[in-house]
Amino acid sequence: MSVQLLTYLFVGLSFALYIGIAIWSKAQSTNDFYVAGKGVHPVANGMATAADWMSAASFLSMAGLIAFLGKDGSVYLMGWTGGYVLLALLLAPYLRKFGKFTVPDFIGERYYSSFARKVAVLCLIFISFTYIAGQMRGVGIVFSRFLEVDIETGVIVGMAIVFFYAVLGGMKGITYTQVAQYCVLIFAYLVPAIFISILMTGNAIPQIGFGSTLVDSSTFLLDKLDQVTLELGFTEYTKNVKSNIDIFCITAALMFGTAGLPHVIVRFFTVPSVGDARKSAGYALIFIALLYTTAPAVSAFARMNLIDSIQDQSYSTAPKWFKNWEEIGLIAWQDKNDDGAIRYSSGNALEGTKPKYSENRGKHGERLLENNPNQDNSNEVYIDRDIIVLANPEIAQLPGWVIALVAAGGLAAALSTAAGLLLVISSSISHDLLKKTYMPHITERLELKYARISAAIAIGIAGVFGIYPPAFVAQVVAFAFGLAAATFFPALFLGIFYKRLNKEGAIAGMLGGLIFTATYIIYFKFINPSLNVEEYWLMSISPEGIGSIGMLINFVLAITISSLTKQPPKEVYDMVDMIRKPS
Amino acid sequence: MDKRNKEYWNSNLKIVSVLLIIWFLVSFGFGILFSDFLDQIKIGGFKLGFWFAQQGSIYIFVILIFVYVYLMQKLDKKISQEEDSDQ
Repeated sequence: MSVQLLTYLFVGLSFALYIGIAIWSKAQSTNDFYVAGKGVHPVANGMATAADWMSAASFLSMAGLIAFLGKDGSVYLMGWTGGYVLLALLLAPYLRKFGKFTVPDFIGERYYSSFARKVAVLCLIFISFTYIAGQMRGVGIVFSRFLEVDIETGVIVGMAIVFFYAVLGGMKGITYTQVAQYCVLIFAYLVPAIFISILMTGNAIPQIGFGSTLVDSSTFLLDKLDQVTLELGFTEYTKNVKSNIDIFCITAALMFGTAGLPHVIVRFFTVPSVGDARKSAGYALIFIALLYTTAPAVSAFARMNLIDSIQDQSYSTAPKWFKNWEEIGLIAWQDKNDDGAIRYSSGNALEGTKPKYSENRGKHGERLLENNPNQDNSNEVYIDRDIIVLANPEIAQLPGWVIALVAAGGLAAALSTAAGLLLVISSSISHDLLKKTYMPHITERLELKYARISAAIAIGIAGVFGIYPPAFVAQVVAFAFGLAAATFFPALFLGIFYKRLNKEGAIAGMLGGLIFTATYIIYFKFINPSLNVEEYWLMSISPEGIGSIGMLINFVLAITISSLTKQPPKEVYDMVDMIRKPS
Repeated sequence: MDKRNKEYWNSNLKIVSVLLIIWFLVSFGFGILFSDFLDQIKIGGFKLGFWFAQQGSIYIFVILIFVYVYLMQKLDKKISQEEDSDQ
């Protein structure tokens, strides 16, 4: 069977499974729709959290990013797992004890203020939509490369599937489809990683193969990689390029941001008890760690393989995957020294960040570019980092069914995260804005109907983002984490651990963190991107890491202003006492 | 009753603080600040600082959460037994 046929088969089967689950788990009440009736087993919730959390970015982009960043890529590995320790120890059990439906719900009640609730809804919607745009791009890439349909068609099919189980099943439908999606995505990630680990190091466990010697040689993989990257003009693979303070701040922003992401927090509202919420965070991290400890191994294998298979090859005999991805527009080759061979080394091959293809072909059959070659270096190859995971099985020449499996896994990762995000958006609109603020008298049936309508509208908007991706998708990811760290984390943490915090302090903190972080990122990413280099940054902290400073500002403002204004009412003290007790 | 709640909360804070110190040490400490120093030590093909940054810290995070679950379960049990013996 051809790879394409196999891909249709795998993707079709997985979609049929998701729809089947959605029909079986239809939501009957708002309790079902928002928090799956609070009856999800902690292991199932752990899997669902893992699928919810691991997005198209984790599955498709992260290993590629690390392959090119080397040790600097560790910020994503530590940042996106370490947040779960904070979540488990500082937030999840208490928010579960609070026992309501959404994150703005907690903020609104703890700070006895509908203004605080509205600020929270605003941050939540912004963070979640930022995220969804990335998922839809992932769906588009998988569809266009493996199923050879237009990105538009791909996005519409993806939307239809999510629509079906999110609108019908709510949190209940999403939870059980996410369990299935986790199984699909982790299997799809591990199989090629194990294959490649065996091929390169003879060890079936990628986490160990990563630190082993290469097959038929006594050289360690990482030593060889250090040597090769150095020869090509890069920094050694296992050395940092970024400054320690920047790495520190980015890791912190990602960790605290993770702990403050509403679509992750709300997953812990679905388990039966406080003890289950704690356990569930542990299971979630095991399931996540399975992928996150494999990813850096995949990165090292991919970087090595990539260099081996294209360096000094003549273009006419270059591997097929190289030309396939060139056709999609994610690889480009410009023969600077006119010798017909591919030379890969450090530096941007082209002027401008992305290749612009002309209609013409060069004398070796390559796609010609309108960009001028960048003559500062001898690198001739542009490679989009997003393709590494998808191309890896092809680069390592694995069988067709493995390639098809990876496509189904990428879709599972993108769809599960998109669904989780859509749910928090729709519940914050129907529950926090309508029921709790503007239409307090609506019945539960009507609230459920509004929840479904807002989910449907949110899917529509997400689809538009997928078909017409805003040019700044990659840039705004820093936004999502930075903002979550600078707004939600301090408000939630202090809400539980510091009784004296009143509404004035909390609101000032959230707004202060929000404005500082947003201004810094907007300035360097959109207004003055040419100044976005270390010498202009505040204390050499990049926009990716600035959320951690925003968070400190939030803490300082919140505590200072609280101590200058009057105490919160007695009910709030009682409420905090209540959530601090486990049963 | 209030006294017991306070005791429970203080034990909770102690557990959480100790675990978070370890959390900070393995990631921000071994993985970032002292990473270059630890890189002088090699285990198999891994430099130790690099291993903590890309593997070790994640394994320890998982262990920390389960230690927390275990200690809190023990604490919950102790408190509920004390409450029972009051009645």
